[in-house]
Amino acid sequence: MAFPHRPDAPELPDFSMLKRLARDQLIYLLEQLPGKKDLFIEADLMSPLDRIANVSILKQHEVDKLYKVENKPALSSSEQLCFLVRPRIKNMRYIASLVNADKMAGRTRKYKVIFSPQKFYACEMVLEEEGVYGDVSCDEWAFSLLPLDVDLLSMELPEFFRDYFLEGDQRWINTLAQALHLLSTLYGPFPNCYGIGRCAKMSYELWKRLEEEEDGETKGRRPEIGHIFLLDRDVDFVTALCSQVVYEGLVDDTFRIKCGSVDFGPEVTSSDKSLKVLLNAEDKVFNEIRNEHFSNVFGFLSQKARNLQAQYDRRRGMDIKQMKNFVSQELKGLKQEHRLLSLHIGACESIMKKKTKQDFQELIKTEHALLEGFNIRESTNYIEEHIDRQVSPIESLRLMCLLSITENGLIPKDYRSLKTQYLQSYGPEHLLTFFNLRRAGLLTEQAPGDTLTAVESKVSKLVTDKAAGKITDAFSSLAKRSNFRAISKKLNLIPRVDGEYDLKVPRDMAYVFSGAYVPLSCRIIEQVLERRGWQGLDEVVRLLNCSELAFTDMTKDDKASSESLRLILVVFLGGCTFSEISALRFLGREKGK
Amino acid sequence: MNRTKGDEEEYWNSSKFKAFTFDDEDDELSQLKESKRAVNSLRDFVDDDDEDDLERVSWTGEPVGSISWSIKETAGNSGSSHEREQLKNRNSFSTYAQLPKPASTYSLSSFFRGRTRPGSFQSLSDALSDTPAKSYAPELGRPKGEYRDYSNDWSPSDTVRRLRKGKVCSLERFRSLQDKIQLLEEAVSMHDGNVITAVLIFLKRTLSKEILFRELEVRQVALRHLIHFLKEIGDQKLLLDLFRFLDRTEELALSHYREHLNIQDPEKRKEFLKTCIGLPFSAEDSAHIQDHYTLLERQIIIEANDRHLELAGQTEVFRKHPRKASILNMPLVTTLFYSCFYHYTEAEGTFSSPVNLKKTFKIPDKQYVLTALAARAKLRAWHDVDALFTTKNWLGYTKKRAPIGFHRVVEILHKNSAPVQTCRDLKDRQQLLAYRSKVDKGSAEEEKIDALLNSSQIRWKN
Repeated sequence: MAFPHRPDAPELPDFSMLKRLARDQLIYLLEQLPGKKDLFIEADLMSPLDRIANVSILKQHEVDKLYKVENKPALSSSEQLCFLVRPRIKNMRYIASLVNADKMAGRTRKYKVIFSPQKFYACEMVLEEEGVYGDVSCDEWAFSLLPLDVDLLSMELPEFFRDYFLEGDQRWINTLAQALHLLSTLYGPFPNCYGIGRCAKMSYELWKRLEEEEDGETKGRRPEIGHIFLLDRDVDFVTALCSQVVYEGLVDDTFRIKCGSVDFGPEVTSSDKSLKVLLNAEDKVFNEIRNEHFSNVFGFLSQKARNLQAQYDRRRGMDIKQMKNFVSQELKGLKQEHRLLSLHIGACESIMKKKTKQDFQELIKTEHALLEGFNIRESTNYIEEHIDRQVSPIESLRLMCLLSITENGLIPKDYRSLKTQYLQSYGPEHLLTFFNLRRAGLLTEQAPGDTLTAVESKVSKLVTDKAAGKITDAFSSLAKRSNFRAISKKLNLIPRVDGEYDLKVPRDMAYVFSGAYVPLSCRIIEQVLERRGWQGLDEVVRLLNCSELAFTDMTKDDKASSESLRLILVVFLGGCTFSEISALRFLGREKGK
Repeated sequence: MNRTKGDEEEYWNSSKFKAFTFDDEDDELSQLKESKRAVNSLRDFVDDDDEDDLERVSWTGEPVGSISWSIKETAGNSGSSHEREQLKNRNSFSTYAQLPKPASTYSLSSFFRGRTRPGSFQSLSDALSDTPAKSYAPELGRPKGEYRDYSNDWSPSDTVRRLRKGKVCSLERFRSLQDKIQLLEEAVSMHDGNVITAVLIFLKRTLSKEILFRELEVRQVALRHLIHFLKEIGDQKLLLDLFRFLDRTEELALSHYREHLNIQDPEKRKEFLKTCIGLPFSAEDSAHIQDHYTLLERQIIIEANDRHLELAGQTEVFRKHPRKASILNMPLVTTLFYSCFYHYTEAEGTFSSPVNLKKTFKIPDKQYVLTALAARAKLRAWHDVDALFTTKNWLGYTKKRAPIGFHRVVEILHKNSAPVQTCRDLKDRQQLLAYRSKVDKGSAEEEKIDALLNSSQIRWKN
């Protein structure tokens, strides 16, 4: 989720409230188990937890020792065990085995499971089957939105994508609806809602139902955020498949940003240890380069380095009193800046080294050719060579998926040969990977017939007409054509530029991909906000296979001040990239939102 | 988009996309290096004191006292004796004690108890003044009995709503098939996957699988939830029955095949893969499964043989280059590399010979040469490298030829610091020129290359 902003932008809502709320709820839950207890935390929850609480808070609420939930017998000797977990089956099996081991040993303790962000019936069923239901008490910690930055919230649910877009499991829709409900309770109702995609539509419907059930809570509140936009990730896979070239995106692609922080290894820190670094607006150096195209970053950093040098140099001509002032007032800030600067220079160097080594230039060229739709043969050969040389397995898949989506599927001969070579290079078990990618619509083979797949027509024959309709619907992800070329043309995603594209002074959102491509997701958002709805976009919506799935809901609410109407909350269902966040920040600056 | 060739060239030659090149080291990297020097020169002045300062600045990541840090501490303790554990724990506790107390001053319990006196709240309550506090503290604290539901009168829609709110709710009264289906459809129409699964768990328990499958076949949303649920809880038997019922043969075969990942023992895994060969895969995938089986079969033989050779210590290549890992379960290309590395000269008849692998798995020439080149260059067996590119034509003249781009050849040779002589022996002027661009300017290598390039003694083949 991102809020576009600029220096004169309207004030952002105070999201730190979400942190306080989560912390207070957790404390409340811990107090429900009075006395000393050991706390077992799931690895995936550790970083989010670190953002809102620390050990001393836990200690104050009688947490004695902390353990990671992992598949090992627990060494805890405490009389009370508390588990803080995501609602996953394997966690339930672990807890059940622990409780059963205690029972065998004739030991009685108290157990409490806190599910975050909510519990699932399937989890309770496992506890019941394992015979520990009742020995264990269950609670929910509705910690569903973590503010990662002043303009960025995250649900921190990486499994959202797989669960919904691959397996078709709608378990997170309620979580999302609850989160949206919480936002509207805290920051007022959203006067304007837009959305596209099946998951977006369902989440929206459930959210509205929640609001109706608890009628009155948000009534009379002045809205702080004027617009909300819900967008399914599968509306735009292309953008997520492109190599990132804005600084924050490159840092993510190279080092992986997790929960708003990154681990810089010794090659970056120029020391013998790794450093975990929080990346947000508080890092002044980072904040100035995060949205910049990578080619601008060097210039910026060297300018910064020169300025810093000059400021240090000033001390030479100082007398004692001035020196005293300098040390007490400026030195600390300078030192801080110095540390940040050397860190980001180190990161840049490391990125440069890695990218030069792996032919990044060739890779980008291939991606741009795929986006524009020419030299397909050459690009296919490039991908093939990439696979043959056993270069990164993920990168190879990414390129194949990009080829597939931009071309409405691979031609059967290419599909077979690339698949065979992939299995030979990276392992035969990737047969399963290919099957999953096909199911998610990410990597497909061009079908001879257009609309119906073989399976589909076969199943259709088996059942009545009415049911066949439902089935066609269910198979839509398989039969769906991506129509990328037509959409790209309609929305003008490949900018026609005369002369050089000035990356220092970007003219449109395409700068996040070196001026070659405007992210589809962001273009849709821009267009809908400009038109205040989907009018005139029917053809695009049809090409996106979302004819019934694009919606608008505007309330005539004069309480919304013009100030708040400038704020927009964009929700990506299934995740977003840093390139998209940068593009939306750019859009915000341009439009004064 | 019909572009002509000319257009394409113009596109790549236009300045638009040259704004950013990673290859262009001269300019940007040197700029960067300069900045780094500048910053480093300041280090002496800056790094004179306070390491603890580092802990206070926000960007240093895990400060002492963070939760992740503390868990690592506990993990480190877990193997130690009880006494040491206690001692260490006391230490870490003292570290926590130094941390400042949280800024929060209002009473939590009062907050969750509901609204008392307006105005008695601090910070948080201001923001919440329009909302009853109950929505933030879900009914967690209440004794279970209070929301356990013994009523039998809930309609399907009420039941589903209660389920969505996480309340325990008996489904036993839905006994007729019609009631059950109505309940399911109500759950589906509400979109909450957790509730759909809850209803499915109930249906699975109270309906025969034939009836359950039949009803789900025409309800795809619910069907997907059941399939995912069965995968998650690992009910492989019912899952396979379901795929069989639905006639989804490919998923049936793949679900069975997937199980091999859980088998660690190579022999057992091999036997399991054998059972997969007859499964109803597509013709293309059948061949992949067969290859998977054959590959593992080969690897088991090679592994046993080579472990023996290595232990015996009689074979030079194993003595000089001890194996870093077992070859079991490695991809085919890795196996080929291994075989080119350790078994290059073996006759085609042996299982471990590269040529045998190439034939058995129909490895394309390109892939074979690339892999063999990488392996032989790594061993610095330059004669083998040379031979890879030598072919005899029908008149018996030898010719240099490579099925892969020469820039790749050069890259591999350079990475393994091939001597300049190898390129000369290859009589490949183009390759030598390319090689020249890879070596440092002004180095001895460069001089040597220049001498060779200018030599009139060599008859270049290009």
